[in-house]
Amino acid sequence: MAELHDLCAFECSELLISKEISARELTAALLDRIEAVEPKVRAFLTVTAEKALAQADAVDEKRMAGVPLGPLAGVPVALKDNLCTQGIKTTAGSKILYNFIPPYDATVVRKLHAAGFILIGKTNLDEFAMGSSTENSGFHTTRNPWDLGRVPGGSSGGSAAAVAARMAPLALGSDTGGSVRQPAALCGIVGMKPTYGRVSRYGLIAYASSLDQIGPLTRNVRECALLLNAIAGHDPHDSTSTAVPRPDFAMTCGRGLNGLRVGVPKEYFGHGVTAPVAATVRAAIDRIAELGATAEECSLPYTEYGLAAYYILAPAEASSNLARFDGVRFGLRSKTFSGHIGLTERTRDEGFGAEVKQRIMVGTYALSAGYYDAFYRRAQQVRTLIRRDFDRAFETFDVLVTPTAPSTAFRIGEKADPLAMKLADVCTLPVNMAGLPAISLPCGFVEGLSVGLQLIGRAFDEETLIRVAHAYEATTSWHHERPKL
Amino acid sequence: MLLSPQEVRNVALLARLDLTDDEIEAQAKHLNDLLPHFEALQALDLTGVEPTSHSMPVYNVFREDVARPSLTREEVLANAPLARGGCFVVPRIMEGN
Repeated sequence: MAELHDLCAFECSELLISKEISARELTAALLDRIEAVEPKVRAFLTVTAEKALAQADAVDEKRMAGVPLGPLAGVPVALKDNLCTQGIKTTAGSKILYNFIPPYDATVVRKLHAAGFILIGKTNLDEFAMGSSTENSGFHTTRNPWDLGRVPGGSSGGSAAAVAARMAPLALGSDTGGSVRQPAALCGIVGMKPTYGRVSRYGLIAYASSLDQIGPLTRNVRECALLLNAIAGHDPHDSTSTAVPRPDFAMTCGRGLNGLRVGVPKEYFGHGVTAPVAATVRAAIDRIAELGATAEECSLPYTEYGLAAYYILAPAEASSNLARFDGVRFGLRSKTFSGHIGLTERTRDEGFGAEVKQRIMVGTYALSAGYYDAFYRRAQQVRTLIRRDFDRAFETFDVLVTPTAPSTAFRIGEKADPLAMKLADVCTLPVNMAGLPAISLPCGFVEGLSVGLQLIGRAFDEETLIRVAHAYEATTSWHHERPKL
Repeated sequence: MLLSPQEVRNVALLARLDLTDDEIEAQAKHLNDLLPHFEALQALDLTGVEPTSHSMPVYNVFREDVARPSLTREEVLANAPLARGGCFVVPRIMEGN
């Protein structure tokens, strides 16, 4: 038998249900794995070993007592450290929250606990989820398990690296412009951004509220569906969460692709997408067509404006959301200040990192008197055009297929220019602006580094994404590849 | 259109960031590098295009105005860097005594 840490969540759950292993054994095996490889990968900000073992014991007791449990009860999960966990430090990767201990659980955390998942630790991220590499973390940079000299992507790079390195079978991240899908692509795993409103954002430390969405990072498509089952649904604590019925997302696994219409937006193969990545993705599209779908080129003409509009809208929302960090109610408080404005100004200068300051400055500028119409309003109008592009495409197609990221994992320090870094999200951020669901799954390797295939669907049609992703995955073995650590 | 250090300083004041001179210089460079990338948006004809603030049509969401369980004062103050007498401590905002 494979070592316990090598098992995917589904295999774990089968052994747990048949009582061949206990949740404690499984959790202990993963904690051993973390001890062995975490010094190289540095995916975590906090490992909650004691609490995890206590939770595992509680699940084991329930199972022995015959209490009905969820399908993945007893399986450990890692959480991005911008998801609030009651009694467990939650930093959002920022020094300004270096000591913040939330008094409540995010709704997704509450749901995971209720379903019997074991919280094994909190993962590293770019500060306040602003970045594409984890290099902007206020604490350390996470390494890509496939090549420790390279980034894992970001901002959910810690979650992606933890899953890829077999330190956790499942993880959650958050995705504002690609922050789940891009690290999933760069780490060779599956990552999904659900439809805006599908998953409650209550307890997610906000970056850009109209774009943020929590999503699963997993080793395969079925587990992505199962984890989405566990976290989706309306929540009175988040008025933007939507009261649509929640299907069993795993039900479409195994369905064929006959009659499926696949659009291939040509704009997503420009924008600095490297030739090997484009070729790998095109081969995957051919494979999907062989499975019974029809694939056809299409156009989303306003794509080229997406990056500029995003880098007005997201910083504008961030500048407002991050106004709450003032040194009064939580987190860092400067020791050298004068007056109440001074307290806020000094605390924020000391607590925020360079990238966060830059985005707050851009957002504040874009929202300031005299510039609002020229920047923020225009960007919102462009957002409408980007949405309409997608609406039109979905009149003809059931799913759109693109690369997830323009290149494979880049070297740590390689993209020192903040503008070059932002291009890493060029294929993913239009999806957030339109509020649509999208999934990234492995579709090949270029020189030992994974390539992600992005599937984009209609609003609240995650089922089609899972159907297509699962059908493709079933004919490949990319998801069985694992990094040598 | 280049932003002067003074203009950048004003933005920093609005953002409540007490930036050092070096940081002001770096922020000015970043903003001045970034702004030309936004010019493509200025060139678009957007007449009659409604702005989208939110991808889903969610407007006012109401609930009954009834008391619900909430955090205790101790829980709320537990993260405060400075608390006294059941309150957050803030610097004096009025002159005199």
